[in-house]
Amino acid sequence: MSQLTTEIEQLSLVIEIGGMPVRVNTTDPAFLDLLQKRYAGFVGSSDNAEIEFDVDLTPPSPSNPNADVSVTRDQGRWLLRRGDFRAEWSPASRRGWIRQSVNPYAIDAVLRIVHTLVLAKQGGFLLHSASAIRNGRAFLFAGVSGAGKTTISRLAPADATLLTDEISYVRKRDSGYIACGTPFTGELAKLGENVSAPVATLYLLAQGRENRIDRIPSAEAARALLTNMLFFAEDEELVQAAFHSAFEFVSRVPVSRLTFVPDIRVWELIR
Amino acid sequence: MSRLYLARNPRVAARSLDGEMMIMSGRDSTLFTLNKTATIIWQAADGATPLDQIVEQQICKEFEVEATAALEDAESLARELASHEILQISEDPIPQRNRLAGDTR
Repeated sequence: MSQLTTEIEQLSLVIEIGGMPVRVNTTDPAFLDLLQKRYAGFVGSSDNAEIEFDVDLTPPSPSNPNADVSVTRDQGRWLLRRGDFRAEWSPASRRGWIRQSVNPYAIDAVLRIVHTLVLAKQGGFLLHSASAIRNGRAFLFAGVSGAGKTTISRLAPADATLLTDEISYVRKRDSGYIACGTPFTGELAKLGENVSAPVATLYLLAQGRENRIDRIPSAEAARALLTNMLFFAEDEELVQAAFHSAFEFVSRVPVSRLTFVPDIRVWELIR
Repeated sequence: MSRLYLARNPRVAARSLDGEMMIMSGRDSTLFTLNKTATIIWQAADGATPLDQIVEQQICKEFEVEATAALEDAESLARELASHEILQISEDPIPQRNRLAGDTR
């Protein structure tokens, strides 16, 4: 009797951001190759992934990747949805699935969302900010689009290690915080280094006629931090956790306004 | 005119820092910063104390304003806070089980 089924090879890749290994399973070698290139420097070898996703690839459709993201919880499972993907993740089983076409943007969004959900429970967060390590300490540069995240990243001197030019990864560690490199890029389109360091200062960026640093009051700092945090979930428990994490952060980490002229001298202030 | 009772919505997160009260909606993550009058109302909103008493005992003393006009303004402010689901308002006292305030650490 002839064989009626064909065994399909399961391929997988571990993407490790912020020290959290996420295994992605696929049956498509081209997609695996795409992921390996997209997350170069963040591909891990851990056998014990904290989260595992099976990717179900669908034909490309005229869906809108800029549509609003929806992240809701239903009976212990997180349901993630955007124009270009659907995904589900169960924290209890640590497993989930992603349904998307072959592109790096959808899985990138899923990873960002899942990391925000995990971090929120641990007192950490993702932040709209560039970040870099200098002299063993991490500095965050937060601001809305156009505030200067890409500019400050581009001006970074050779002795600074860029963690990201767009989305910083902040974890609570002992009595302080660490910033980790991410592959989440902005206009610079350059992956961050996969390293981490204790957070020394959060700077709120403003471009001006001189380079100066001004300490800002805690309330203003908390408000700015909350404004720049990435948060997707429509979930009261996690909203409350993120809210209190912001206050905890500003009680432990100095927050200042960094006004700067867009040239390399600004980095003389950042040490 | 009927009395108005207020209670903090337990589904919001709240913190006071440097004298500023910040509140985040648990529903849609909207962030609010309350002014001084709104902060007094928020802190006094225990479900049992009527608004006119809050105005007379706290707002009039703090701002040296006339009671009738202050109550009108306070009522308008309370209704606005209620429209954002920060406060619950009722013409009757709001029972204890609904009065678990947002965390005001």
